[in-house]
Amino acid sequence: MAFFLETLFGGLMAGMLYSLVALGFVLIYKASGVFNFAQGAMVLFAALAMARFSEWAGVWLGGDQLFLANLIGFVGAGGVMFVVAWLIERLALRHLVNQEGTTLLMATLGIAYFLEGLGQTLFGGSIYKIDIGMPKDPVFWLDSVFEGGILINKEDLYAAVIAAVLVAALSVFFQKTSTGRALRAVADDHQAAQSIGIPLNRIWVIVWCVAGVVALVAGMIWGSKLGVQFSLATVAMRALPVVILGGLTSVPGAIIGGLIIGVGEKLSEVYLGPYVGGGIEIWFAYVLALGFLLIRPQGLFGEKIIDRV
Amino acid sequence: MATKHIGDVILDVKNISLRFGGVKALTDISFNVREHEVRAIIGPNGAGKSSMLNCINGVYRPTEGAITFRGKTFSHMDSYQVASMGIGRTFQNLALFKGMSVIDNIMTGRNLKIKSNLFMQALRIGPAQREEEKHREFVEHIIDFLEIQAFRKTPVGQLPYGLQKRVDLGRALAMEPQLLLLDEPMAGMNVEEKQDMSRFVLDVNEEFGTTIVLIEHDMGVVMDISDRVVVLDYGKKIGDGTPDEVRTNEEVISAYLGTGH
Repeated sequence: MAFFLETLFGGLMAGMLYSLVALGFVLIYKASGVFNFAQGAMVLFAALAMARFSEWAGVWLGGDQLFLANLIGFVGAGGVMFVVAWLIERLALRHLVNQEGTTLLMATLGIAYFLEGLGQTLFGGSIYKIDIGMPKDPVFWLDSVFEGGILINKEDLYAAVIAAVLVAALSVFFQKTSTGRALRAVADDHQAAQSIGIPLNRIWVIVWCVAGVVALVAGMIWGSKLGVQFSLATVAMRALPVVILGGLTSVPGAIIGGLIIGVGEKLSEVYLGPYVGGGIEIWFAYVLALGFLLIRPQGLFGEKIIDRV
Repeated sequence: MATKHIGDVILDVKNISLRFGGVKALTDISFNVREHEVRAIIGPNGAGKSSMLNCINGVYRPTEGAITFRGKTFSHMDSYQVASMGIGRTFQNLALFKGMSVIDNIMTGRNLKIKSNLFMQALRIGPAQREEEKHREFVEHIIDFLEIQAFRKTPVGQLPYGLQKRVDLGRALAMEPQLLLLDEPMAGMNVEEKQDMSRFVLDVNEEFGTTIVLIEHDMGVVMDISDRVVVLDYGKKIGDGTPDEVRTNEEVISAYLGTGH
Protein backbone atom coordinates (compact mmCIF):
# COMPACT_ATOMS: atom_id res chain seq x y z
CA MET A 1 0.00 0.00 0.00
CA ALA A 2 2.74 2.42 0.96
CA PHE A 3 4.51 1.59 -2.29
CA PHE A 4 1.34 2.17 -4.28
CA LEU A 5 0.83 5.59 -2.67
CA GLU A 6 4.44 6.45 -3.29
CA THR A 7 4.06 5.65 -6.97
CA LEU A 8 0.80 7.57 -7.09
CA PHE A 9 2.37 10.67 -5.57
CA GLY A 10 5.35 10.44 -7.87
CA GLY A 11 2.94 10.27 -10.79
CA LEU A 12 0.93 13.27 -9.60
CA MET A 13 4.06 15.37 -9.29
CA ALA A 14 5.29 14.44 -12.74
CA GLY A 15 1.77 15.02 -14.05
CA MET A 16 1.72 18.54 -12.65
CA LEU A 17 4.65 19.40 -14.90
CA TYR A 18 2.98 17.89 -17.94
CA SER A 19 -0.05 20.02 -17.07
CA LEU A 20 2.07 23.15 -17.14
CA VAL A 21 3.31 22.49 -20.65
CA ALA A 22 -0.16 21.43 -21.80
CA LEU A 23 -1.54 24.65 -20.35
CA GLY A 24 0.62 26.61 -22.77
CA PHE A 25 -0.92 24.73 -25.69
CA VAL A 26 -4.45 25.26 -24.44
CA LEU A 27 -4.04 29.00 -23.79
CA ILE A 28 -2.91 29.72 -27.32
CA TYR A 29 -5.33 27.33 -28.97
CA LYS A 30 -8.26 28.85 -27.12
CA ALA A 31 -7.42 32.41 -27.98
CA SER A 32 -6.29 32.07 -31.56
CA GLY A 33 -7.23 28.61 -32.78
CA VAL A 34 -3.56 27.91 -33.42
CA PHE A 35 -2.04 24.65 -32.35
CA ASN A 36 1.27 26.05 -31.19
CA PHE A 37 3.92 23.57 -32.14
CA ALA A 38 6.51 25.99 -30.75
CA GLN A 39 5.43 25.55 -27.14
CA GLY A 40 8.29 23.13 -26.47
CA ALA A 41 10.80 25.44 -28.10
CA MET A 42 9.44 28.25 -25.94
CA VAL A 43 10.05 26.14 -22.84
CA LEU A 44 13.65 25.54 -23.94
CA PHE A 45 14.17 29.16 -24.92
CA ALA A 46 12.78 30.49 -21.64
CA ALA A 47 14.79 28.01 -19.58
CA LEU A 48 17.99 28.88 -21.46
CA ALA A 49 17.38 32.59 -20.93
CA MET A 50 16.72 32.11 -17.25
CA ALA A 51 19.71 29.82 -16.72
CA ARG A 52 22.15 32.19 -18.38
CA PHE A 53 20.71 35.40 -16.95
CA SER A 54 20.81 34.10 -13.40
CA GLU A 55 24.30 32.73 -14.00
CA TRP A 56 25.53 36.09 -15.28
CA ALA A 57 23.70 37.95 -12.53
CA GLY A 58 25.27 35.59 -10.00
CA VAL A 59 28.76 36.37 -11.27
CA TRP A 60 28.02 40.07 -11.32
CA LEU A 61 26.54 40.12 -7.82
CA GLY A 62 29.27 37.83 -6.57
CA GLY A 63 28.93 34.64 -4.57
CA ASP A 64 26.04 34.03 -2.32
CA GLN A 65 23.18 36.15 -3.68
CA LEU A 66 21.33 33.11 -5.03
CA PHE A 67 17.80 34.44 -4.59
CA LEU A 68 18.51 37.82 -6.12
CA ALA A 69 20.37 36.28 -9.03
CA ASN A 70 17.45 33.95 -9.70
CA LEU A 71 14.99 36.80 -9.46
CA ILE A 72 16.95 38.81 -12.01
CA GLY A 73 17.16 35.71 -14.19
CA PHE A 74 13.41 35.12 -13.95
CA VAL A 75 12.43 38.71 -14.66
CA GLY A 76 14.96 38.94 -17.48
CA ALA A 77 13.71 35.72 -19.06
CA GLY A 78 10.14 36.99 -18.63
CA GLY A 79 11.12 40.13 -20.54
CA VAL A 80 12.68 38.03 -23.28
CA MET A 81 9.49 35.97 -23.58
CA PHE A 82 7.49 39.19 -23.89
CA VAL A 83 9.69 40.31 -26.78
CA VAL A 84 9.35 36.88 -28.38
CA ALA A 85 5.55 37.03 -28.08
CA TRP A 86 5.45 40.52 -29.54
CA LEU A 87 7.68 39.57 -32.46
CA ILE A 88 5.72 36.40 -33.23
CA GLU A 89 2.51 38.43 -33.41
CA ARG A 90 4.09 41.23 -35.39
CA LEU A 91 6.05 39.20 -37.90
CA ALA A 92 3.98 36.07 -38.31
CA LEU A 93 0.47 35.87 -36.86
CA ARG A 94 -0.72 39.32 -37.91
CA HIS A 95 -0.19 38.41 -41.54
CA LEU A 96 -1.87 35.04 -41.23
CA VAL A 97 -5.25 36.12 -39.87
CA ASN A 98 -8.08 34.04 -41.33
CA GLN A 99 -5.72 31.49 -42.86
CA GLU A 100 -6.30 27.76 -42.66
CA GLY A 101 -5.37 25.96 -39.45
CA THR A 102 -2.73 23.97 -41.34
CA THR A 103 -1.00 27.16 -42.47
CA LEU A 104 -0.84 28.42 -38.92
CA LEU A 105 0.41 25.07 -37.68
CA MET A 106 3.21 25.14 -40.25
CA ALA A 107 4.07 28.67 -39.18
CA THR A 108 4.44 27.58 -35.56
CA LEU A 109 6.54 24.63 -36.72
CA GLY A 110 8.86 27.15 -38.36
CA ILE A 111 8.88 29.30 -35.23
CA ALA A 112 9.74 26.20 -33.17
CA TYR A 113 12.89 25.40 -35.12
CA PHE A 114 13.86 29.05 -35.35
CA LEU A 115 13.54 29.51 -31.59
CA GLU A 116 15.53 26.36 -30.88
CA GLY A 117 18.34 27.63 -33.08
CA LEU A 118 18.20 31.22 -31.88
CA GLY A 119 18.17 30.14 -28.25
CA GLN A 120 21.37 28.19 -28.69
CA THR A 121 23.03 30.95 -30.69
CA LEU A 122 22.23 33.57 -28.07
CA PHE A 123 22.65 31.55 -24.92
CA GLY A 124 24.93 28.69 -25.91
CA GLY A 125 24.30 25.04 -26.59
CA SER A 126 25.74 23.24 -23.59
CA ILE A 127 23.95 21.93 -20.56
CA TYR A 128 23.26 24.64 -17.99
CA LYS A 129 21.80 24.40 -14.58
CA ILE A 130 19.10 26.37 -12.91
CA ASP A 131 19.50 26.30 -9.15
CA ILE A 132 16.49 27.89 -7.52
CA GLY A 133 17.44 26.38 -4.22
CA MET A 134 14.98 23.52 -4.26
CA PRO A 135 15.82 20.91 -1.65
CA LYS A 136 16.90 17.65 -3.22
CA ASP A 137 16.54 15.43 -0.17
CA PRO A 138 13.53 13.17 0.15
CA VAL A 139 11.20 13.15 3.13
CA PHE A 140 9.12 10.41 4.67
CA TRP A 141 5.43 10.89 5.28
CA LEU A 142 2.94 8.96 7.34
CA ASP A 143 5.55 6.70 8.86
CA SER A 144 3.21 6.11 11.77
CA VAL A 145 0.61 4.62 9.41
CA PHE A 146 2.82 2.53 7.15
CA GLU A 147 5.98 0.76 7.95
CA GLY A 148 8.80 2.95 6.69
CA GLY A 149 6.38 5.70 5.60
CA ILE A 150 5.98 7.09 2.11
CA LEU A 151 9.02 8.43 0.38
CA ILE A 152 8.32 11.83 -1.13
CA ASN A 153 10.73 13.84 -3.18
CA LYS A 154 10.75 17.32 -1.66
CA GLU A 155 11.74 18.86 -4.96
CA ASP A 156 8.67 17.41 -6.65
CA LEU A 157 6.53 18.73 -3.85
CA TYR A 158 7.85 22.27 -4.28
CA ALA A 159 7.42 22.05 -8.01
CA ALA A 160 3.82 20.96 -7.58
CA VAL A 161 3.16 23.89 -5.24
CA ILE A 162 4.63 26.37 -7.74
CA ALA A 163 2.56 24.85 -10.55
CA ALA A 164 -0.60 24.99 -8.44
CA VAL A 165 -0.02 28.66 -7.58
CA LEU A 166 0.47 29.48 -11.25
CA VAL A 167 -2.71 27.67 -12.24
CA ALA A 168 -4.68 29.46 -9.52
CA ALA A 169 -3.31 32.83 -10.64
CA LEU A 170 -4.25 32.05 -14.23
CA SER A 171 -7.79 31.11 -13.34
CA VAL A 172 -8.25 34.36 -11.40
CA PHE A 173 -6.87 36.20 -14.41
CA PHE A 174 -9.28 34.48 -16.79
CA GLN A 175 -12.40 34.56 -14.65
CA LYS A 176 -12.15 37.79 -12.69
CA THR A 177 -10.53 40.41 -14.87
CA SER A 178 -11.85 42.28 -17.87
CA THR A 179 -8.79 41.27 -19.88
CA GLY A 180 -9.52 37.65 -19.05
CA ARG A 181 -13.07 38.16 -20.21
CA ALA A 182 -11.78 39.71 -23.42
CA LEU A 183 -9.50 36.71 -23.94
CA ARG A 184 -12.38 34.30 -23.54
CA ALA A 185 -14.42 36.43 -25.91
CA VAL A 186 -11.72 36.35 -28.58
CA ALA A 187 -11.45 32.59 -28.13
CA ASP A 188 -15.14 32.19 -28.92
CA ASP A 189 -15.58 34.59 -31.82
CA HIS A 190 -12.97 36.86 -33.35
CA GLN A 191 -15.28 39.12 -35.29
CA ALA A 192 -17.79 39.65 -32.53
CA ALA A 193 -14.98 40.44 -30.11
CA GLN A 194 -13.63 43.11 -32.44
CA SER A 195 -17.08 44.58 -32.91
CA ILE A 196 -17.29 45.40 -29.21
CA GLY A 197 -13.90 47.07 -29.27
CA ILE A 198 -11.49 44.29 -28.37
CA PRO A 199 -8.29 44.66 -30.43
CA LEU A 200 -7.35 41.21 -31.69
CA ASN A 201 -3.65 41.95 -32.11
CA ARG A 202 -3.14 43.14 -28.56
CA ILE A 203 -5.02 40.13 -27.21
CA TRP A 204 -2.75 37.80 -29.18
CA VAL A 205 0.35 39.44 -27.77
CA ILE A 206 -1.10 39.03 -24.27
CA VAL A 207 -1.93 35.37 -24.85
CA TRP A 208 1.52 34.55 -26.24
CA CYS A 209 3.03 36.39 -23.29
CA VAL A 210 1.01 34.37 -20.83
CA ALA A 211 1.99 31.20 -22.68
CA GLY A 212 5.59 32.45 -22.54
CA VAL A 213 5.41 32.87 -18.77
CA VAL A 214 3.87 29.42 -18.41
CA ALA A 215 6.70 28.07 -20.57
CA LEU A 216 9.20 29.90 -18.37
CA VAL A 217 7.82 28.38 -15.17
CA ALA A 218 7.74 24.94 -16.77
CA GLY A 219 11.25 25.41 -18.09
CA MET A 220 12.48 26.60 -14.71
CA ILE A 221 11.12 23.59 -12.88
CA TRP A 222 12.16 21.00 -15.48
CA GLY A 223 15.50 22.75 -15.82
CA SER A 224 16.17 22.66 -12.12
CA LYS A 225 15.32 18.94 -12.05
CA LEU A 226 17.09 17.77 -15.17
CA GLY A 227 19.35 20.65 -16.22
CA VAL A 228 18.69 22.96 -19.12
CA GLN A 229 19.49 21.15 -22.32
CA PHE A 230 18.18 20.66 -25.80
CA SER A 231 15.97 17.74 -24.80
CA LEU A 232 13.71 20.20 -22.95
CA ALA A 233 12.14 21.07 -26.29
CA THR A 234 10.86 17.51 -26.57
CA VAL A 235 9.04 17.83 -23.27
CA ALA A 236 6.28 19.37 -25.35
CA MET A 237 5.88 16.09 -27.20
CA ARG A 238 5.17 14.47 -23.84
CA ALA A 239 2.41 17.01 -23.28
CA LEU A 240 0.66 16.22 -26.57
CA PRO A 241 -1.22 13.21 -25.19
CA VAL A 242 -2.23 15.41 -22.27
CA VAL A 243 -4.05 17.92 -24.46
CA ILE A 244 -5.68 15.13 -26.44
CA LEU A 245 -6.89 13.59 -23.21
CA GLY A 246 -8.00 16.81 -21.56
CA GLY A 247 -9.33 18.59 -24.62
CA LEU A 248 -7.57 21.36 -26.51
CA THR A 249 -9.96 24.03 -25.33
CA SER A 250 -10.10 23.30 -21.62
CA VAL A 251 -7.82 24.69 -18.92
CA PRO A 252 -9.08 22.27 -16.25
CA GLY A 253 -8.73 19.56 -18.91
CA ALA A 254 -5.02 20.32 -19.29
CA ILE A 255 -4.49 20.03 -15.56
CA ILE A 256 -6.50 16.87 -15.00
CA GLY A 257 -5.19 15.35 -18.23
CA GLY A 258 -1.65 15.99 -17.04
CA LEU A 259 -2.31 14.32 -13.70
CA ILE A 260 -3.94 11.29 -15.34
CA ILE A 261 -1.03 10.85 -17.74
CA GLY A 262 1.54 11.34 -14.98
CA VAL A 263 -0.10 8.81 -12.68
CA GLY A 264 -0.89 6.42 -15.53
CA GLU A 265 2.71 6.37 -16.69
CA LYS A 266 4.12 5.59 -13.28
CA LEU A 267 1.50 3.03 -12.27
CA SER A 268 1.64 1.21 -15.59
CA GLU A 269 5.43 1.12 -15.48
CA VAL A 270 5.45 -0.32 -11.99
CA TYR A 271 2.53 -2.74 -12.21
CA LEU A 272 2.37 -3.69 -15.90
CA GLY A 273 6.00 -3.13 -16.78
CA PRO A 274 7.38 -6.39 -15.43
CA TYR A 275 4.99 -8.44 -17.64
CA VAL A 276 5.98 -6.81 -20.91
CA GLY A 277 9.61 -6.20 -20.18
CA GLY A 278 9.39 -2.57 -19.03
CA GLY A 279 9.61 0.67 -20.95
CA ILE A 280 5.87 1.27 -20.76
CA GLU A 281 6.40 4.76 -19.41
CA ILE A 282 7.64 5.93 -22.78
CA TRP A 283 4.64 4.94 -24.86
CA PHE A 284 1.82 4.55 -22.36
CA ALA A 285 0.60 8.15 -22.70
CA TYR A 286 0.42 7.95 -26.47
CA VAL A 287 -1.55 4.72 -26.48
CA LEU A 288 -3.94 6.17 -23.94
CA ALA A 289 -4.37 9.28 -26.09
CA LEU A 290 -4.93 7.14 -29.17
CA GLY A 291 -7.64 5.21 -27.37
CA PHE A 292 -9.22 8.47 -26.32
CA LEU A 293 -9.23 9.79 -29.85
CA LEU A 294 -11.35 6.81 -30.86
CA ILE A 295 -13.87 7.16 -28.07
CA ARG A 296 -13.97 10.87 -27.30
CA PRO A 297 -12.11 12.91 -29.89
CA GLN A 298 -12.90 16.23 -28.20
CA GLY A 299 -11.15 15.06 -25.02
CA LEU A 300 -12.50 14.88 -21.49
CA PHE A 301 -13.51 18.52 -21.22
CA GLY A 302 -13.28 19.80 -24.76
CA GLU A 303 -16.20 21.33 -26.56
CA LYS A 304 -18.12 18.88 -28.64
CA ILE A 305 -18.20 20.12 -32.19
CA ILE A 306 -21.56 19.70 -33.83
CA ASP A 307 -21.54 20.61 -37.48
CA ARG A 308 -24.70 21.35 -39.32
CA VAL A 309 -24.77 19.29 -42.49
CA MET B 1 -46.81 58.63 -30.15
CA ALA B 2 -44.68 61.57 -29.16
CA THR B 3 -42.78 63.00 -32.07
CA LYS B 4 -39.08 62.48 -31.51
CA HIS B 5 -36.50 65.03 -32.35
CA ILE B 6 -34.46 63.98 -35.35
CA GLY B 7 -31.13 65.75 -35.35
CA ASP B 8 -28.30 66.41 -37.78
CA VAL B 9 -26.56 63.93 -39.99
CA ILE B 10 -24.18 61.80 -37.89
CA LEU B 11 -23.25 59.16 -40.44
CA ASP B 12 -22.57 60.08 -44.01
CA VAL B 13 -21.76 57.37 -46.53
CA LYS B 14 -20.28 58.74 -49.75
CA ASN B 15 -19.81 56.90 -53.04
CA ILE B 16 -18.95 53.57 -51.53
CA SER B 17 -17.98 50.81 -53.93
CA LEU B 18 -16.85 47.37 -52.92
CA ARG B 19 -15.43 44.76 -55.26
CA PHE B 20 -14.25 41.24 -54.57
CA GLY B 21 -12.09 40.43 -57.56
CA GLY B 22 -14.46 40.83 -60.48
CA VAL B 23 -17.61 40.72 -58.38
CA LYS B 24 -19.17 44.10 -57.68
CA ALA B 25 -20.82 43.82 -54.27
CA LEU B 26 -21.58 47.56 -54.01
CA THR B 27 -21.51 50.27 -56.64
CA ASP B 28 -21.37 53.94 -55.76
CA ILE B 29 -23.67 53.94 -52.75
CA SER B 30 -24.37 57.20 -50.91
CA PHE B 31 -26.81 57.86 -48.09
CA ASN B 32 -26.85 59.50 -44.71
CA VAL B 33 -28.22 58.80 -41.25
CA ARG B 34 -29.56 61.48 -38.92
CA GLU B 35 -29.25 61.44 -35.18
CA HIS B 36 -32.01 59.57 -33.31
CA GLU B 37 -33.59 58.12 -36.42
CA VAL B 38 -34.25 54.52 -37.36
CA ARG B 39 -32.79 54.01 -40.79
CA ALA B 40 -33.40 50.78 -42.67
CA ILE B 41 -31.43 49.25 -45.51
CA ILE B 42 -33.61 46.80 -47.41
CA GLY B 43 -33.30 44.78 -50.54
CA PRO B 44 -33.67 41.24 -51.85
CA ASN B 45 -31.15 38.55 -50.92
CA GLY B 46 -27.72 39.30 -52.33
CA ALA B 47 -28.45 43.01 -52.76
CA GLY B 48 -25.35 43.98 -50.79
CA LYS B 49 -27.00 44.95 -47.50
CA SER B 50 -24.62 43.06 -45.24
CA SER B 51 -21.64 44.22 -47.31
CA MET B 52 -22.74 47.80 -46.70
CA LEU B 53 -22.98 47.21 -42.97
CA ASN B 54 -19.60 45.50 -42.93
CA CYS B 55 -18.04 48.51 -44.64
CA ILE B 56 -19.37 50.85 -41.97
CA ASN B 57 -18.27 48.43 -39.27
CA GLY B 58 -14.74 48.07 -40.64
CA VAL B 59 -14.95 44.38 -41.50
CA TYR B 60 -14.58 45.16 -45.20
CA ARG B 61 -12.42 47.83 -46.73
CA PRO B 62 -14.40 49.71 -49.39
CA THR B 63 -12.67 49.82 -52.79
CA GLU B 64 -13.76 53.43 -53.22
CA GLY B 65 -15.53 56.06 -51.20
CA ALA B 66 -15.47 57.36 -47.65
CA ILE B 67 -17.56 57.23 -44.53
CA THR B 68 -17.96 60.16 -42.15
CA PHE B 69 -19.08 59.57 -38.59
CA ARG B 70 -19.55 62.58 -36.35
CA GLY B 71 -17.24 64.71 -38.45
CA LYS B 72 -14.51 62.07 -38.69
CA THR B 73 -13.91 60.72 -42.17
CA PHE B 74 -12.38 57.35 -42.79
CA SER B 75 -12.07 55.03 -45.74
CA HIS B 76 -11.03 52.18 -43.54
CA MET B 77 -10.75 51.41 -39.86
CA ASP B 78 -10.41 48.22 -37.89
CA SER B 79 -13.56 46.94 -36.26
CA TYR B 80 -12.31 47.64 -32.77
CA GLN B 81 -11.54 51.26 -33.65
CA VAL B 82 -15.02 51.68 -35.07
CA ALA B 83 -16.35 50.27 -31.81
CA SER B 84 -14.35 52.75 -29.77
CA MET B 85 -15.89 55.58 -31.81
CA GLY B 86 -19.28 54.52 -30.50
CA ILE B 87 -20.65 52.26 -33.22
CA GLY B 88 -22.08 48.95 -31.99
CA ARG B 89 -23.46 46.08 -34.02
CA THR B 90 -25.30 42.80 -33.91
CA PHE B 91 -24.83 39.85 -36.22
CA GLN B 92 -27.05 38.06 -38.69
CA ASN B 93 -25.64 34.67 -37.87
CA LEU B 94 -25.33 34.70 -34.13
CA ALA B 95 -21.82 35.50 -33.03
CA LEU B 96 -22.17 35.18 -29.29
CA PHE B 97 -19.49 33.90 -26.95
CA LYS B 98 -21.01 30.47 -26.57
CA GLY B 99 -19.01 29.30 -23.59
CA MET B 100 -20.05 32.25 -21.46
CA SER B 101 -23.20 32.99 -19.52
CA VAL B 102 -25.71 35.62 -20.63
CA ILE B 103 -24.44 38.11 -18.07
CA ASP B 104 -20.77 37.59 -19.04
CA ASN B 105 -21.61 38.00 -22.72
CA ILE B 106 -23.25 41.32 -22.06
CA MET B 107 -20.42 42.30 -19.68
CA THR B 108 -17.92 41.96 -22.53
CA GLY B 109 -19.78 44.86 -24.14
CA ARG B 110 -18.57 47.02 -21.24
CA ASN B 111 -14.98 46.21 -22.08
CA LEU B 112 -14.15 49.63 -23.50
CA LYS B 113 -15.64 51.35 -20.45
CA ILE B 114 -13.57 49.53 -17.86
CA LYS B 115 -10.74 51.72 -16.68
CA SER B 116 -9.17 49.98 -13.69
CA ASN B 117 -6.07 47.93 -14.43
CA LEU B 118 -5.50 44.23 -14.51
CA PHE B 119 -3.75 43.84 -11.18
CA MET B 120 -6.31 45.84 -9.25
CA GLN B 121 -9.02 43.70 -10.78
CA ALA B 122 -7.23 40.44 -10.05
CA LEU B 123 -6.60 41.40 -6.45
CA ARG B 124 -10.10 42.88 -6.10
CA ILE B 125 -8.80 46.13 -4.73
CA GLY B 126 -11.44 48.74 -3.75
CA PRO B 127 -11.81 51.01 -6.78
CA ALA B 128 -11.64 48.12 -9.26
CA GLN B 129 -14.26 46.23 -7.28
CA ARG B 130 -16.56 49.26 -7.16
CA GLU B 131 -16.13 49.82 -10.88
CA GLU B 132 -16.98 46.18 -11.62
CA GLU B 133 -20.14 46.51 -9.52
CA LYS B 134 -21.14 49.67 -11.34
CA HIS B 135 -20.82 47.90 -14.68
CA ARG B 136 -22.71 44.86 -13.39
CA GLU B 137 -25.54 47.17 -12.38
CA PHE B 138 -25.66 48.65 -15.85
CA VAL B 139 -25.72 45.17 -17.38
CA GLU B 140 -28.53 44.11 -15.04
CA HIS B 141 -30.48 47.11 -16.30
CA ILE B 142 -30.07 45.89 -19.88
CA ILE B 143 -31.08 42.38 -18.87
CA ASP B 144 -34.28 43.75 -17.31
CA PHE B 145 -34.92 45.86 -20.36
CA LEU B 146 -34.66 42.84 -22.67
CA GLU B 147 -36.71 40.69 -20.30
CA ILE B 148 -34.15 37.92 -19.97
CA GLN B 149 -33.76 38.02 -16.17
CA ALA B 150 -34.50 34.32 -15.83
CA PHE B 151 -31.54 33.33 -18.01
CA ARG B 152 -28.78 35.57 -16.73
CA LYS B 153 -26.55 32.69 -15.60
CA THR B 154 -27.37 30.34 -18.48
CA PRO B 155 -24.62 29.62 -21.02
CA VAL B 156 -25.90 31.34 -24.17
CA GLY B 157 -25.40 28.26 -26.31
CA GLN B 158 -28.31 26.63 -24.47
CA LEU B 159 -30.82 29.41 -25.14
CA PRO B 160 -33.39 29.28 -27.92
CA TYR B 161 -32.62 31.29 -31.03
CA GLY B 162 -34.93 34.23 -30.33
CA LEU B 163 -33.38 34.78 -26.91
CA GLN B 164 -29.85 34.52 -28.28
CA LYS B 165 -30.75 37.35 -30.65
CA ARG B 166 -31.73 39.42 -27.62
CA VAL B 167 -28.42 38.69 -25.89
CA ASP B 168 -26.65 39.79 -29.07
CA LEU B 169 -28.60 43.06 -28.90
CA GLY B 170 -27.84 43.36 -25.19
CA ARG B 171 -24.11 42.99 -25.75
CA ALA B 172 -24.19 45.82 -28.30
CA LEU B 173 -26.31 47.98 -25.98
CA ALA B 174 -23.81 47.50 -23.17
CA MET B 175 -21.37 49.58 -25.21
CA GLU B 176 -23.79 52.52 -24.95
CA PRO B 177 -23.35 53.05 -28.68
CA GLN B 178 -24.31 56.28 -30.39
CA LEU B 179 -25.02 54.35 -33.53
CA LEU B 180 -26.29 50.80 -33.50
CA LEU B 181 -26.05 48.59 -36.58
CA LEU B 182 -28.50 45.69 -36.61
CA ASP B 183 -27.85 42.96 -39.17
CA GLU B 184 -31.19 41.28 -39.89
CA PRO B 185 -32.39 41.33 -36.28
CA MET B 186 -35.57 39.49 -37.20
CA ALA B 187 -34.16 36.87 -39.54
CA GLY B 188 -35.40 33.37 -38.82
CA MET B 189 -37.94 34.48 -36.23
CA ASN B 190 -41.61 33.64 -35.93
CA VAL B 191 -44.25 36.37 -35.95
CA GLU B 192 -44.36 36.74 -32.19
CA GLU B 193 -40.58 36.96 -31.86
CA LYS B 194 -40.51 39.51 -34.65
CA GLN B 195 -43.01 41.66 -32.81
CA ASP B 196 -40.95 41.44 -29.62
CA MET B 197 -37.80 42.41 -31.47
CA SER B 198 -39.50 45.33 -33.21
CA ARG B 199 -40.67 46.57 -29.84
CA PHE B 200 -37.14 46.35 -28.41
CA VAL B 201 -35.68 48.21 -31.38
CA LEU B 202 -38.23 51.01 -31.00
CA ASP B 203 -37.72 51.13 -27.23
CA VAL B 204 -33.96 51.40 -27.62
CA ASN B 205 -34.45 54.20 -30.07
CA GLU B 206 -36.91 56.07 -27.89
CA GLU B 207 -35.57 55.46 -24.40
CA PHE B 208 -31.86 55.76 -25.06
CA GLY B 209 -32.09 57.98 -28.14
CA THR B 210 -29.78 55.59 -29.97
CA THR B 211 -29.54 56.06 -33.71
CA ILE B 212 -30.25 52.78 -35.45
CA VAL B 213 -29.34 51.40 -38.85
CA LEU B 214 -31.00 48.10 -39.54
CA ILE B 215 -30.90 45.66 -42.38
CA GLU B 216 -33.85 43.52 -43.25
CA HIS B 217 -35.17 41.76 -46.28
CA ASP B 218 -38.69 41.42 -44.91
CA MET B 219 -40.27 44.69 -46.03
CA GLY B 220 -43.34 44.43 -43.82
CA VAL B 221 -41.61 44.78 -40.45
CA VAL B 222 -39.25 47.47 -41.62
CA MET B 223 -41.86 49.82 -42.98
CA ASP B 224 -43.58 49.97 -39.59
CA ILE B 225 -40.56 50.89 -37.52
CA SER B 226 -38.23 52.96 -39.69
CA ASP B 227 -38.14 56.68 -40.33
CA ARG B 228 -36.31 56.43 -43.63
CA VAL B 229 -35.41 53.53 -45.87
CA VAL B 230 -32.59 52.86 -48.36
CA VAL B 231 -33.33 50.20 -50.97
CA LEU B 232 -30.49 48.24 -52.58
CA ASP B 233 -30.65 45.83 -55.48
CA TYR B 234 -27.67 44.10 -57.09
CA GLY B 235 -25.32 46.39 -55.16
CA LYS B 236 -26.94 49.59 -56.41
CA LYS B 237 -29.15 52.07 -54.62
CA ILE B 238 -32.58 52.08 -56.23
CA GLY B 239 -34.59 54.01 -53.67
CA ASP B 240 -34.24 56.27 -50.66
CA GLY B 241 -36.93 58.01 -48.63
CA THR B 242 -39.74 57.56 -46.13
CA PRO B 243 -41.47 54.18 -46.06
CA ASP B 244 -44.40 55.62 -48.02
CA GLU B 245 -42.19 57.06 -50.71
CA VAL B 246 -40.29 53.82 -51.07
CA ARG B 247 -43.44 51.73 -51.17
CA THR B 248 -44.69 53.52 -54.24
CA ASN B 249 -41.33 53.66 -56.01
CA GLU B 250 -41.64 51.80 -59.34
CA GLU B 251 -38.10 50.48 -59.31
CA VAL B 252 -38.47 49.12 -55.79
CA ILE B 253 -41.70 47.39 -56.65
CA SER B 254 -40.17 45.69 -59.65
CA ALA B 255 -37.10 44.62 -57.68
CA TYR B 256 -39.26 42.95 -55.10
CA LEU B 257 -42.06 41.63 -57.27
CA GLY B 258 -40.34 41.27 -60.58
CA THR B 259 -41.36 43.24 -63.67
CA GLY B 260 -44.66 42.52 -65.34
CA HIS B 261 -44.62 40.74 -68.67
